[in-house]
Amino acid sequence: MQDPTEPEIRLSGVHKWYGQFHALDDIRLDVARKERIVICGPSGSGKSTLIRCINRLESHQEGKIVVGGVELTDNEKNIDGVRREVGMVFQHFNLFPHLTILENCVLAPVWVRRMGRRQATEIAMHFLERVRIGDQAHKYPGQLSGGQQQRVAIARALCMAPRVMLFDEPTSALDPEMVKEVLDTMVTLAEEGMTMICVTHEMGFARQVADRVIFMDRGRIIEEAPPEEFFGNPKSDRSRLFLSQILH
Amino acid sequence: MLGRLILTYPVASQRVGAGLLLALLAGLLYSIGISPAWIGRLFPATAGWLAENPDGAAALSAVAITAILVANWKAFRLLPRRQQVVAVWVELFVLLMLFFYSFNLSFAFIGKKIGFLISQGVVTTLYISAISIAVATFIALAGAIAKLSKNGVIYGLATFYTSLFRGLPLLMQIYIIYLGLPQIGYVISAVPAGILALSLCYGAYMTEIFRAGIESIPRGQTEGATALGLSPNQTMFLVILPQAMRVIIPPTGNQFIAMLKDSSLVSVVGVWEIMYLARTQGQTEFRHIEMLITASMIYWLLSISLEFLQSRIEERFGRFNAR
Repeated sequence: MQDPTEPEIRLSGVHKWYGQFHALDDIRLDVARKERIVICGPSGSGKSTLIRCINRLESHQEGKIVVGGVELTDNEKNIDGVRREVGMVFQHFNLFPHLTILENCVLAPVWVRRMGRRQATEIAMHFLERVRIGDQAHKYPGQLSGGQQQRVAIARALCMAPRVMLFDEPTSALDPEMVKEVLDTMVTLAEEGMTMICVTHEMGFARQVADRVIFMDRGRIIEEAPPEEFFGNPKSDRSRLFLSQILH
Repeated sequence: MLGRLILTYPVASQRVGAGLLLALLAGLLYSIGISPAWIGRLFPATAGWLAENPDGAAALSAVAITAILVANWKAFRLLPRRQQVVAVWVELFVLLMLFFYSFNLSFAFIGKKIGFLISQGVVTTLYISAISIAVATFIALAGAIAKLSKNGVIYGLATFYTSLFRGLPLLMQIYIIYLGLPQIGYVISAVPAGILALSLCYGAYMTEIFRAGIESIPRGQTEGATALGLSPNQTMFLVILPQAMRVIIPPTGNQFIAMLKDSSLVSVVGVWEIMYLARTQGQTEFRHIEMLITASMIYWLLSISLEFLQSRIEERFGRFNAR
């Protein structure tokens, strides 16, 4: 059983290499319950790798990752347990194009949580209404706009009732006019107290909802601060340079 | 120079081009020695002239055939697309039948034997093919998953299997299984041997089709499913394969049709399927061609039903692509 004082997610001394390339270099990070974290940094800095290690889409080679009191090792059962509790939203949505919106949302609750189809459908419709896609539930993903698809992807993850949500650049593949509708959905989710880790370059979103901003470069965490402090008074040269490049 | 002429007089040069092409066709027909006999048969009055001027007759025949083709083309152009397709099918089918008719076949003999050819031959061919298709599909699925495996032993097994069974002639595989297995103590009768050989051979080809289909699905699909907590098996059967089917079905339909006809190779070990019966039934009265043509037509009919089935299945798996 999980100790309530324990952090929801704890990474200690995590290293990962792709061949010679040091993708994650001694990552230490605690995420408390209901905490909202934004990770930013230049491309190739290891942001995505970091959050993909949290649900073991990638495996780390050294150090310890504990999610909800369960340590991620090669143990399949632990990995399955963690994945059930951690929802993820991808840059390219990764909806299943051969299933309708509703079937996309029902699939995992039925097959992973062994939920009845009727109950799963009720839950799915509830979340689809919340992301304002309810009336499109019987369309296929290819018939929706990018912003709508990403909102479906968020609803699909929520249907599994996750304790933590990971967002991997959720607005980077969207047309500019669709970014807002997705960010609004994420803000609502944050306000309801979901534990969230978002890799994003949307600095407005970071200012509005983040408890902490983490700046990464070359696989290391360079800076870790509340948003006012990070944006107002960045400590390292690299974060200053990065901010000057994205905030013009 | 020529380019400028074509650009200045586009319509005229198109006409000249078409005329040249037709002249070339007529010349080609003449040079392969087209027979003028059909003109004599249609217009008996010309027979005398045709016999006296063989060169002129052949030239006339070539020009006349070209003219008929042009008239045919122009007439079909007047029809709407659907009827064009039907008209082409009907015309070519009639020509094919006339070609067969020119062999002086004994239809009485065909009529006498066709019942047996269908009740014994078609039934055997169909059940051998159906079982082989089912087993080959199963093998292909397992083989494709094995070929994508990280486990070296499984990968090695799969690659050796596909290499061997794609590399040996099917005829040899049938002999090896039918005559070879008894050497190590497994006496196998002809039908199971044939089914085994067909399944293994086509399973090897289809392994590659299935592998390519599975690999055509972007990695994000696997990641999306994995992140939702689906197991690797659930991911494969609920997410990847249903999408891969769209890529897998057309070449698989091809394989099914090819297998249907390759099942005729099983006749070498004495299975009473269509081809075996066609050869043996024809022998008794020296009417080989009758039986072989009948058998061919039966194979064609069976292939057409498979084509039809394939297009229906394609429609079903292509639904989600509609916008």
